[in-house]
Amino acid sequence: MAFLDRAARSLFLTELLGGMALTLRYMFKPKVTLNYPYEKGPISSRFRGEHVLRRYASGEERCIACKLCEAVCPALAITIEAEPRDDGSRRTTRYDIDMTKCIYCGLCQEACPVDAVVMGPNFEFSTESREELFYNKQKLLANGDRWEAEIAQNLAAEAPYR
Amino acid sequence: MPKLTIDGIEIEVEPGTSILQACEQLGIEIPRFCYHERLSVPANCRMCLVEMERAPKPVASCAMPCGDGMVVRTNSETVLKARKGVMEFLLINHPLDCPICDQGGECDLQDQAMAYGFDRGRYGENKRAVKDKYMGPVIKTIMTRCIHCTRCIRFINEVAGVPDVGAVYRGEHMEITTFVEKAIGSELSGNLADVCPVGALTHKPYAFTARPWELRKTETIDVLDAVGSNIRVDARGPEVMRVLPRVNDDINEEWLNDKSRYSYDGLKRQRLDRPYIRQNGKLVPASWAEAFTAIAARLKGLSGNRIAAIAGDLVDVEAQFALKELLSRLGSANLDCRQDGARFDTSVRAGYLFNSGIAGIEKADVILLVGTNPRWEGTLVNARIRKRYMAGGVTIASIGEQRDLTYPYSVIGTGPDALQQLVDGSHPFSETLRAAKNPMIIVGMGAFQRADGLAVQAAARLVGEAYGMFRDDWNGFNVLHTAAARVGGIEAGFLPGEGGRDVHGILDGASKGEIDFVYLLGADEIDMAKLGNAFVVYQGHHGDAGAHRADVILPGAAYTEKNAVYVNTEGRPQLARLAVFPPGEAREDWKIVRALSEVLGTTLPFDTHGQLRQRLMAANPIFGAVGETTPASWAPFGAQGPVDAAPFVTPITNFYMTDPISRASVTMANCTEALVGPAQERTGTHG
Repeated sequence: MAFLDRAARSLFLTELLGGMALTLRYMFKPKVTLNYPYEKGPISSRFRGEHVLRRYASGEERCIACKLCEAVCPALAITIEAEPRDDGSRRTTRYDIDMTKCIYCGLCQEACPVDAVVMGPNFEFSTESREELFYNKQKLLANGDRWEAEIAQNLAAEAPYR
Repeated sequence: MPKLTIDGIEIEVEPGTSILQACEQLGIEIPRFCYHERLSVPANCRMCLVEMERAPKPVASCAMPCGDGMVVRTNSETVLKARKGVMEFLLINHPLDCPICDQGGECDLQDQAMAYGFDRGRYGENKRAVKDKYMGPVIKTIMTRCIHCTRCIRFINEVAGVPDVGAVYRGEHMEITTFVEKAIGSELSGNLADVCPVGALTHKPYAFTARPWELRKTETIDVLDAVGSNIRVDARGPEVMRVLPRVNDDINEEWLNDKSRYSYDGLKRQRLDRPYIRQNGKLVPASWAEAFTAIAARLKGLSGNRIAAIAGDLVDVEAQFALKELLSRLGSANLDCRQDGARFDTSVRAGYLFNSGIAGIEKADVILLVGTNPRWEGTLVNARIRKRYMAGGVTIASIGEQRDLTYPYSVIGTGPDALQQLVDGSHPFSETLRAAKNPMIIVGMGAFQRADGLAVQAAARLVGEAYGMFRDDWNGFNVLHTAAARVGGIEAGFLPGEGGRDVHGILDGASKGEIDFVYLLGADEIDMAKLGNAFVVYQGHHGDAGAHRADVILPGAAYTEKNAVYVNTEGRPQLARLAVFPPGEAREDWKIVRALSEVLGTTLPFDTHGQLRQRLMAANPIFGAVGETTPASWAPFGAQGPVDAAPFVTPITNFYMTDPISRASVTMANCTEALVGPAQERTGTHG
């Protein structure tokens, strides 16, 4: 009986027709592919993308040079130097992140007591040269200014779970 | 001997021991803030509470002396509850600013809050805020962080002896202050930041620059005075970030003077990082080979008696020994390690050492200072004398200038004539000395930097002999040197040889044209104008007076940048260790001398530091006993002769700037401005 069954299936091309029917069904369903980079998928508010250094609403930089992120970084990607600013407050004179070393674990963000260093939603920061991935303080602050709206929203969304 | 039980363990302790000390002997750690083993016991932080049987409530273990039959528990429920309560009270007014606090990571309060702190605050009211105080150029204050342990007040009053810090108001409103907004006038003020258990007093030059966990710690010794304080150099990468004292009860206990502690920024300025040669009156950068060739060209055909060398104040023993060997191969006996021009007999060890040891000061009952201002020449020696004064039963007198030495003393003369009166017993102070059990004389460089230095040394010896300072069990004859290199240089034999010139002779000869080649091994404090037309080679680490005059500059290493031996004023050899590497092309000093000897065709017979140390030990076995003093045997020294009646003058005019490193330091310049000279003479009516 099994022999007849197999012979009948190959004779009437049922498997081929079944496959074509599936294809036909998908033709009438909505598309799941995205037209990247013109279209992008949704990302979690916990997404760990490119680092930023944030500012307060007054424009004052948040980072106070406590060096906890530098200490916690498992990849030793962060380098900080600090000294008293003219007004006597504690600020960094140098805040470098080597993005080629970073493993995107997010511990720096967890360690920061003032939410200054945050991993933003941006994942499109590929560069043509290696040197461009050695971020300095200026670049990180510029990132912060650029992504502040999204980051503030993400942090607000995550606040209840912290 | 009271016997008590602590946590079920029986222990017998010396009478007068507190429960806290007894616990420490057993290895039980008691948390504390106000208790400090070298300060008095106020028992005001209440953190060290323990439970004692038959006591109605927990007792402060730091202030409770052990009694016979006591039963103490340090880990019971009650004790834990009491400590948690105290911690919560302390944290009521302590700000939560650990991330911006320089004490963060090495803070007693932070550590103990991890053990006894509650994970949230129950205090809803406003926290106390206190205005920051000005305490001078080295201490930064953030007074809101203060927990009122009063360690700083006790330190400055008891150890430093400068009652500039105190407390005003009571209870929660208590504030630590300098009363009149002035810089603390103590050379030990840096220790305030060390004793502070929180971040209320921190080091101003170190502010915000580094965290304790990122520093590389190197245990070494200080060379900015002849005391040889034990220090820890904390470095990050190629930079020295701070200097902290290390405990050594024989030398500095656990204190350090401000110059040694804060002049490290001078190590980053004015550095010589490559050889230079003078061409057409201008110093131009050169390679090592060119510099050596220039020296070799000048030395060619020069007879030994036209060559001379002078060693400076910060030079290690190895470099002096190597240069001495080189000079003897060149046929020269003109070398001297006493660039300050001090004249004293170096043939007998006892004649130039601090024989009783710095710790020996605590045994003395009469102390006679001769031509010295120990507060500036050896701050920690002075602190030890003050400690002896605080213990009571000591008479201190001085022959020399009237200065504030932080303890009361009488000036019994100004010059050598007073010494001679003491020798023949006609001086009123003779009675006191005669009655003394352990009399001590401390002779400073002010007494030797005179034409009659040898006669003064002999007079001081005669005073010692007349009043029983030299006994089998006691040697009270002490010389307080001002330079870390001095005793090492003498022990290594960096002294005028047979028929050689001393530093006066070298300078005279150079200005008269009898000496054509002078090798300055870190010597900056001589009168450069007297070098005349001589060809000057300067080997050192800072662009100071010597480098300014030099024809060839060889860049050497500073004390934090080499492994080397230094001998302190007690004759105690100690090891300085490499904390950071010398900048640029600079090299360790003995290596430079060794390399030069090869170019000169008289290669010195050592290739490694180990071989050099071997030779050093063979030449003088005291270098083998690192960290220990070798007692000096007694023999007559000095040369009796006529003395000048002129008063003794202390050689240091500014404590904060005595050597190339401290002269290059910005912090020391700030200290000078705030604490030395016109600032000190200011009265309340100055603007």
